[in-house]
Order: sequence, then structure tokens, then C-alpha cells
Amino acid sequence: MISRRDFIKKTVIGVAGASIPVAALELLTPRRLRAEKEDKSRVRWVFLVDTYKCVGCGMCVKACKLENEIPYDANVTRTWVERYVTTKDGKVHADTPKGARDGFITSKIDLGTDGSLDIRKEDIDKAFFVPKLCNQCENPPCVQVCPVGATYQAPDGVVLVDRSWCIGCGYCIMGCPYGVRFFHPVYHTAEKCNFCYHRINKGLQTACVQACPFGARRIGNIKDPRDPVAKIITTERVAILKEEYGTKPQVYYIGLDKEVK
Amino acid sequence: MVHGELWTAKELFVYPNEYIYWSVQIVMYPFMTGLVAGAFVLSSLYHVFGIKQLKDMARFALVFSFALLFAAPMPIVLHLQHPFRGINVFMTPHFTSAIAAFGIVFSAYGAIVASELWFLYRKHFVDIALPLKEKQDKTLFEWFRFIIFCTLTLGVYDVSEQSLKRDEKAIRVLAAVGIPVACFLHGYAGFIFGSVKANALWMTPLMPVIFIMSAIVSGIALCMLTYIITMEIRKFLASRKKTPYQMYQSREELKSAEINVIKMTARYLLFFLIFAISLELLDLIFRGYTAVKSWDVLRSVIYGRDFTDIFILQYLVGNLIPFILFLLPGLTIRRALLGVVLVIFGVFMMRWNVVIGGQAFSLTFAGYMHYHLPIIPHDWETFKEGLGGALAIFIMPFALFWVLIKIFPVFSFKESH
Repeated sequence: MISRRDFIKKTVIGVAGASIPVAALELLTPRRLRAEKEDKSRVRWVFLVDTYKCVGCGMCVKACKLENEIPYDANVTRTWVERYVTTKDGKVHADTPKGARDGFITSKIDLGTDGSLDIRKEDIDKAFFVPKLCNQCENPPCVQVCPVGATYQAPDGVVLVDRSWCIGCGYCIMGCPYGVRFFHPVYHTAEKCNFCYHRINKGLQTACVQACPFGARRIGNIKDPRDPVAKIITTERVAILKEEYGTKPQVYYIGLDKEVK
Repeated sequence: MVHGELWTAKELFVYPNEYIYWSVQIVMYPFMTGLVAGAFVLSSLYHVFGIKQLKDMARFALVFSFALLFAAPMPIVLHLQHPFRGINVFMTPHFTSAIAAFGIVFSAYGAIVASELWFLYRKHFVDIALPLKEKQDKTLFEWFRFIIFCTLTLGVYDVSEQSLKRDEKAIRVLAAVGIPVACFLHGYAGFIFGSVKANALWMTPLMPVIFIMSAIVSGIALCMLTYIITMEIRKFLASRKKTPYQMYQSREELKSAEINVIKMTARYLLFFLIFAISLELLDLIFRGYTAVKSWDVLRSVIYGRDFTDIFILQYLVGNLIPFILFLLPGLTIRRALLGVVLVIFGVFMMRWNVVIGGQAFSLTFAGYMHYHLPIIPHDWETFKEGLGGALAIFIMPFALFWVLIKIFPVFSFKESH
């Protein structure tokens, strides 16, 4: 006759044993093992922006919105272009009307609720454009702060969002120093540039790279020594944005100015 | 419409995706958790440190803390874009995130408050359940009452002297454990903000400590406010002689008891208020003195755009005036009432200035964002993240308290414990 104590004991052991999921005992095939080991080390996507080549046409922003189905008229965008104008009095004026989706069609600087500012050509010391997108940081603060793990870094460095798991708390949006994240107007989940992950994994270029008529944007694999982008980043002088946050951004810039925010 | 666009006005150079994503509900969240923590600490002052004068307040504060506990996570639920996925935080907590542990810390704290309440009211449950159990032909209402209180006893009917002594010990232990947990619960809310390195205003290690101090201040103030209101109602009832409220003491007795409790509690309020203000000023001075890259834009926000919110509404109306009101000799109930209302308002403004103020400037440090609180809602979103939603959250604990005191009477029995 089994005693009550023994019965309970055995039940607990039985339930605990049965609750070990079968998935935990999954067998790794040699093929998958190799793929997991090698993929981690073979690809690290990086981006290179040559600001000298950018003219602020906004084709990249348009292409991105269409490719990634960000509602065209919504005032959010995965990538955008900023314009910087330094005047002779030492002031810096910057704007990005509608993320430069339609390009910079007027010389007036957009000041938001303050209207706009017309700067005379002869007052300008220098002016240039800076395209922006997600930096796919090596140390991404957005991934760190996500309470449910809905945003994560792929082994190739790209930070992705799982739309089916994001709770929409907005902590990642707050955590990003570059302001690249926003809530998708349709899905109401965190949204960001993912280097057109669906395209680059098929060997295609990102939509913005393909749309840029001047070759200002390029994507590459920093781990491939023969990659032209990797060559430029490793052998020429490039800069990154907001280094002080310790995020180790992986979008590199040629011709970055100290005034770039 | 993009989330946040409706209530955000952008000025000068702001990144295209920047909006005030954390709106009034995120102001309410630390405000409400702060009240929970503060109320609990107040009740613990009696149970742990044996401050006898707070005896009346202690039981009151504990029940109120329990009522607040249910309201505290509501702002987050209203804020989430996918509220029904909120459960994901429990299912796949990602522990590098400060929010991930919220569920765990919160439930642990809730369990402590609930068990402390149980020990405190166990005798009361038994006193009600036992006679009902023996009573034949119960009315429907009595059945209902019987089932509730019988369940609440958890099957323990032992109310001997010895077991009540053990209860008291358990209460003391729970209250003692509860203090650090309450501080952790709220310090941790401060950490959620303080650890955002992208936000120049939020990022300071002082944030959790500032949050704890102001939490205790607001919790004590709210307990005092509710205490005064309920005492006024009791006085009113006591003055109506023909009412069946014989259990109430006379009006004069109530009045002297009330002012004593208020005076004593006000002392602790002042003590924590001094701590809170010192820390906040330290933070401000330090920022100005070190003047790192972000200081230019912070200064323009603190001393310019948000001057009224910070210096007039928070520091002057919410801190300095009540400080003087409490310090002046001969504290009266009316003055205390005004004081605590101002203190609660001040703490609310502090939360507001942190949450909304932290988003008042752009990540570019070259632009600003203005928040326009939606007052008249025209859809669900403008209601829940507008004045209506915030008020609903604020009223909720009072409504809950009204229900809870039917089960956990905070005044009725003349003397038991």
C-alpha cells in the first residue's frame, strides 16, 4: 500500500519529469550546427553613406516607404535625409521636411511650428545633406530595453522587430538615441529600418541603395575583406554618429561634419 | 495618424520619427506606484518601528495601499499599443530590460501587502464568519457575507491569545520585508527612466532615489488627505445623533484624535519632503555645474519653456508653500488639508516634468516638442491617453478603497489590536 506522502512525492517527480519539453532534447544535425557556427562569423552587415554624393533628392525615402509598406503620407519613416545650412554668422540651421520624402523642393528651412526661414544664398557658408537610417548598433540599446524580447539582433548584426510579439510599450523608441524607431501606423508595433532584411538575404541591395541615383548609399559585409564597402571602411577615414552613447553604430559616414546631430 | 502626432507640436529641428510617445499615462504610472509605496511605508512606520502615534493611520494606510495596488498597473495597460499582449512580459521576460521584472516585483509586493492585511484582519474575519456559520436560516445577504468572510479566513478559526501574538509577529516581519520591497518597486520605476541613456534629462543615477523619496512624500500626503476626508464624514455622521452609527465616538473625541494623527504624520511628511527636494536640487545643480553637451538644450527647457511647470507649479506651489504651511505653528485640519493637496499636486508635477519634460526637447538637441494633453476625447486613443484616462486612473483607488473598507474596516471597531 502506497502511503499518502509517497504518493504525493511520486506525483511531483512524475509531473516535473513530464514537464521537460521534448524540444529541449532536440538533436542538432551536423548541417545545422555548421550553419549556426559559420553564419555567426561570416556576415556582418554595415552601411556606408557618402554625404558628398547626396543631393537630397529623397528618392531613397520614397523607395523605402514603398518597399517596406510604411503608409506614404504618415509622418514617420524608416530612413530620412537631413539638410544642414551653416550661415556666415556661425548659426547652424537644419531640417528634414517630411523626412525629405519629396526631396528639398524649397530653399526655405522648415522650423516646424515656427514656420520657415529663408536664408539668402550669399549668407551661406556651407550646406550639405546627411541621409539617416538605423545604425544596426553592435550594442543596441533598443534590444536591451525591450521587456519581452520582441526586438532582437540577428547573428549578422541587423536588429529586427517581431510584430507578432511587440506589446507596444515604446521603451525601445525612448531608448534609441538616433530616433529611428516609431510605431507603425497600421500594426501599432515598434518599427524601424532593418536594412531591407528580406532583400539583402536574397543577395539584393536595399531599396534605398538601389534608388539612390548618385551612389551615396552602399551596403556591405564588414567581415568580407574583398567587399568594396568593407575596404573603404577599413582603409579610409570614416565617422559614426553619436559615438558617446556607446552603441557602436554600424552605419559609417564619409564627410561627416561636427554640426551633424 | 501616427501615434503621438496628435498631441505633439514640433519646433525647430526634430527628427521625423520623434513624437511624445510617453504621454500622460506614463506620468500616472510612477505617480500611482509612488502612492502605493508611500502608503505602505507609512503603515510600516507603526508596525516595524512601533511609532504609536501612527497606529490609527497605519491600518488605514495599509488598506489604502492595497486599493492603490490594483490601480498602479492600469496606466501601463492603457498606454500599451497592444494591451492584450501585456501578458507577454510574464511569458518571455527579457531581463536586460528594466520593465521586464515589473510583473515579478509587483506580484511579490502585492503578495506581501495581501498577507499582511490577512494577518491584521484575521480576527475580524473570524468574528464575523463564526456567528454567521452557526446562525440558522440565513438571508441571502447573510449567505453572501458568510461565503466571503468564510473564504477570507482561509479555514483558520484559531483566535486564541497565543495565535494572535504570532499574527502580530508575522505582521511585523511582513512590514519589515515590505519596506525594502516597496522602495524597490518604486526605485525601480525610477530606474526605468534613469537608465535611458538616450534621454539627457532622465539619465542620472539619482533618479531611483529621487523617485523613492517623492513617492513616500506623495503616499503620506494621500493617506493624510483620505484620512481627513473620512474623518470629516465620520464627524458629520456623529453629529447626526439619530443615526444608527452608535459605534462612532462623539464629535469632539474624533476631532482631537484627528488633529493628533495629522500632526504626527505631517512631521514624517516634512522629513521625506526635505530629502526629496534636496536630491532634486542636487541633480539640477550638478547638471548646471558639469554642463555637458546636453546642458544647453536642458537649460533652455528647465529655465525657459518649462519654467512655470518646474519652478512655479512644482517647487513653489507643490513644495515650498506646503512646507511653510506645515512648519507654521498651530497646525489646523484645514491648513493640513490644503498642504497635503498641494504636496500631492507637487509630486504629480514632478512626475509630469520628468516624463513630459524629458520629451520636451529633441534628440537633436536643436529642437523642441510641445505636449498638448487631449482634453475632449474624440476617439478611444485620445480618451485613454488624455485627461479622461488620467482622471479615471486617479479615481480608481478611491472607488476601490470604498469597496475594500466594507471587508477591511479601517475605523469601525473601537479597539482590537
